[in-house]
Amino acid sequence: MPTNFEPRQLVVPGTILAEGKYNPGMNTYKEGEHIFASVVGLAELRNETVNVIPLRGCYMPYVDDVVVGKVVEVISTAWMVDIRAPYEAVLFAKEFLSKPLNTMKEDARSYLDIGEMVIAKVISFDRTRSPSLTTREQGLGKIQRGTVIEVDFTRVPRIIGKKGSMISLLKKESGCQIFVGQNGRVWISGKTRDEEAVVAQAIRKIEAEAHTTGLTDRIQEYFLKMKQGA
Amino acid sequence: MSKTHLINDGIRYDGRRLDELRPIKFQLGILNNADGSAYVEWGRTKIIVGIMGPREAHPKHLAMADRCRVEALYRMATFSVGERKSPAPARREHEISKVIKEALEPAIFVELYPRATIDIYAEVIQADGSTRCAAISAAALALTDAGIPMRDLVCSVAVGKVEGQLVLDVMDEEDKQGDSDMPVAMMPNKNLVTLIQMDGLLTQDEFNRGLELAKRGCMEVHKKQKEALEEHFKKSMNSEMEEA
Repeated sequence: MPTNFEPRQLVVPGTILAEGKYNPGMNTYKEGEHIFASVVGLAELRNETVNVIPLRGCYMPYVDDVVVGKVVEVISTAWMVDIRAPYEAVLFAKEFLSKPLNTMKEDARSYLDIGEMVIAKVISFDRTRSPSLTTREQGLGKIQRGTVIEVDFTRVPRIIGKKGSMISLLKKESGCQIFVGQNGRVWISGKTRDEEAVVAQAIRKIEAEAHTTGLTDRIQEYFLKMKQGA
Repeated sequence: MSKTHLINDGIRYDGRRLDELRPIKFQLGILNNADGSAYVEWGRTKIIVGIMGPREAHPKHLAMADRCRVEALYRMATFSVGERKSPAPARREHEISKVIKEALEPAIFVELYPRATIDIYAEVIQADGSTRCAAISAAALALTDAGIPMRDLVCSVAVGKVEGQLVLDVMDEEDKQGDSDMPVAMMPNKNLVTLIQMDGLLTQDEFNRGLELAKRGCMEVHKKQKEALEEHFKKSMNSEMEEA
């Protein structure tokens, strides 16, 4: 039986996508014999499974996601961190400092204050409690320099690219260090602010044209133009 | 007191047929600070809807362990009606807030966001009848814009009885001088009604015919909603998307 949509067709919540033997994949649900879309996005069929690639959405934390968080509250031995999810995450002192914090002698704020940012990994989240984070791994920790920009969370896969193709292109062309958090915050660190601005602009371009073809080539062209201009 | 005739030879006060909607125009993503937003012009009725969330519920004791809370706040601007509307929330605004919340909640997958809350804010800029229907229809689009998973869109329209005849999409004059007003909201792909209210009286037969008329009207509203969504997201869907 055929599906009810063309490949990559724009669908809206409630659109009937297929019936019968197909399986409901991401952003779809099955009721009775029919599979419906639950968000606005592009429908696709992969191995009998119907998926909708979302065009809008909010980040939901998963264990092992690496995210870029912003400290919003300091409590005696932990920090509350905004990770652009419906829930604030908690970063315990022992997960940040690798040792217990002696609150009699030192202040948590001296390590990490409100407004400062961290690259951290989600270590637990089960919908009954807030997600908790750790920075006790290679490459994680407080952000000391560079720029952080926010992008639409649904564009994260595009910025990373197929097997990391887009992100490697950005790094190669700009010479900057770039980290894309799963929650749609991107950390860029270059030698100068201008270098960072060039990357930020390229990322904005990817975000705006995320669902078009030949994007990698256009980003390459963009860097070429920037270099000639400089 | 002389009453203007609202219907002459099957043509209404504003030139519509009995089963004709007013011109409806939806727009999406009009606000930057809300997570999702929509604007609707429904004849002379103008409403802005903003969505905040899903976000943590405050105060915390209102959070529910197994599902997300949905709250709606309907408000009429002071200049939205002919006479100055007092800025204090009136009984009617409380009622419509509740009704909007209950019309949309069955469509939202609330179990996906336990302990969180989704806030729906509807601001009536100009009122000319059927504001709750327009607010519900626009809120469904704003929720879609916020990326909140839903079973279906919700579309809504009112049916009324004016001078003994059933009319679709009641405007202000018809509401005030008419005999009856029945707003209906439904999930179009499911054929499920999520809201039905009635002011005034209808016979059993009129009710049944009115409900059928409302369903047809809802389908037309749904078509407009889909058009607005397609227009808004067209940019993102041109040509094929590369493998991400």
